[in-house]
Amino acid sequence: MRATGFWLALAAIIVAALAMTELVANQYYYFAFYVVLQYVVLATAWNILGGYTGYVNFGSAGFFALGAYTAIVAIKLFAAPLPALILAGGVVSGLVGLATGYLTLRLRGTFFAIATLALAVVLQTLVINWDFVGGSRGVYTMRPAVPVLFDSYIKLLFVTMLLLALAAIAASRFIERSWIGRGLAAIRDNEQAAACSGVPTLRLKLFATTLSGFLMGAAGAPFPLYVTYLDPSSAFSLAYAVNSIAMPLIGGTTSWVGPVIGALLLATAQQVVTVTISSAANLLIVGLLLVGFVILAPEGIVGLWRRLARGRRA
Amino acid sequence: MLDLLANAIVSGLLLGGFYAAVTVGLSISFGMLDIVNIAHPAFVLLGSFIAYGANAAWGLDPILAGIVFAPLFFLLGGGIHRIYDASFARRGEESLRGLAFFFGVLFITEVSLVLVFGADYRLVETPYSSASLTVGVIGIPLRLLVPFLVSLAMITGIQLALDHSFLGRAIKAVAQDPLALRLMAADPVRIKEIAFALSIATASVAGALLIVIAPVEPSLGRDYIGRVFAISVLGGMGSLQGTLLAGLIIGVAESVTATFYGPSWSPAVSFGVLLLVLALRPAGLLGR
Repeated sequence: MRATGFWLALAAIIVAALAMTELVANQYYYFAFYVVLQYVVLATAWNILGGYTGYVNFGSAGFFALGAYTAIVAIKLFAAPLPALILAGGVVSGLVGLATGYLTLRLRGTFFAIATLALAVVLQTLVINWDFVGGSRGVYTMRPAVPVLFDSYIKLLFVTMLLLALAAIAASRFIERSWIGRGLAAIRDNEQAAACSGVPTLRLKLFATTLSGFLMGAAGAPFPLYVTYLDPSSAFSLAYAVNSIAMPLIGGTTSWVGPVIGALLLATAQQVVTVTISSAANLLIVGLLLVGFVILAPEGIVGLWRRLARGRRA
Repeated sequence: MLDLLANAIVSGLLLGGFYAAVTVGLSISFGMLDIVNIAHPAFVLLGSFIAYGANAAWGLDPILAGIVFAPLFFLLGGGIHRIYDASFARRGEESLRGLAFFFGVLFITEVSLVLVFGADYRLVETPYSSASLTVGVIGIPLRLLVPFLVSLAMITGIQLALDHSFLGRAIKAVAQDPLALRLMAADPVRIKEIAFALSIATASVAGALLIVIAPVEPSLGRDYIGRVFAISVLGGMGSLQGTLLAGLIIGVAESVTATFYGPSWSPAVSFGVLLLVLALRPAGLLGR
């Protein structure tokens, strides 16, 4: 997609969404779309580190929940407005990402993956033991008054998450096409060779970890206002960790399009399936799809589509 | 106060011996074969539920059930390694996709257990479940002592087999230099498959020990992920004595933390240890 075409498409999506908030009254759609868009952010954020750089983050749920609980603290202490919550959630998660990366990224890649896996457990332990944010009982949040532009708060949250998703996509696309993306790809393919060719590997990896953590935290920050009741088991739900890995791998990890396609397909399917079948069965399907794709179609849907297009031309 | 501490240390040591049984499979797969099997705790939980099922259906002792079903786990492990080897290791894609594969396997195992057994806690009653020995001021519950002894026996057995059998030496060799092994006319892939199958077989026994110690529910495996990797890394990759030593250290650290600060803090202990080890001595205690 050409640069102008891409930006025009983004603008068209924003206009369409604003038009929708005027035309569609049924609140269910906003609740459903919010979740889908939240997964677009998470999958895109995961892919900046996982897909471009090849470092697996199992702790997406931890970073997401960190954003949500930072928002709780900011609401309780300062009654902070929504944009400030998103910024604060992003910064805190980004810093935790940076610290985890700094401790483990100098070692073999698997250590980073293991550390993120354990990080989610520890953050959950901290939250459970911290009464200020509700502990294991959970915490209620009051939504502020409905803003002027929209006639209900959920519409505002929907548009906010849409802007976040588009920002994440734009950032991911920019990185992919810049020297940063080429450096990250070099690390993914052969880290030693990349380092020998003068790629600042540690700095690039830390950049990717921080940005990825920032976006996940930013996606989590509006969550308390979305659910209005937040407890550790819903904020640290394994569904976030699984989906944010499954979506890019099913969509395709090497370009910005893959995670977006994966998130849109999988999250929409889950919205439909959860209504009709149980949520445990729906997570089982995600697990089976993930295993099936990594074994049979390692390039994801984008790779399958490219192969199909090439086959037709030949 | 001193009594409390002594009791915490003793039950920590017993618990730590059991942790070593949960980790020993990972020390083989992760430490020796370089296969990051994050699904290992999920297989341990599978072992728990099979022991529970065998106990509920036929009144079989859970630990005996764990040993009886170990060959089945061995076959399962062999099958998983075939898929892993054909799909990832041979293409050199084990880092990203291999990890995602095991993550998916972990997830499928856990959700299947939820669908079959429900999310409730399950427990088994054995003659030694509620008995305990008393030495001075220290109480030793048999439900901790029996798993501790079984774990010691299992780890010693595996260590002896690795040291003295041809196959065991081949497994140690494949960890060091697969090419040299091939020059000795042994097939490294075949040996890795057997070693990985062995690692999964230990999960059957470890799972049985787990359900003897405490009631289990399917998502319990997640608590063990941080713990088993912390123990494996702290012990030094692939060293079984190191695994045992590290298991005891983590067990005591958790038990003392739980006694003096409350049990809700103990999941943070292993992570703290893991981060410290990674930052200070990534080779672990008894690592090369």
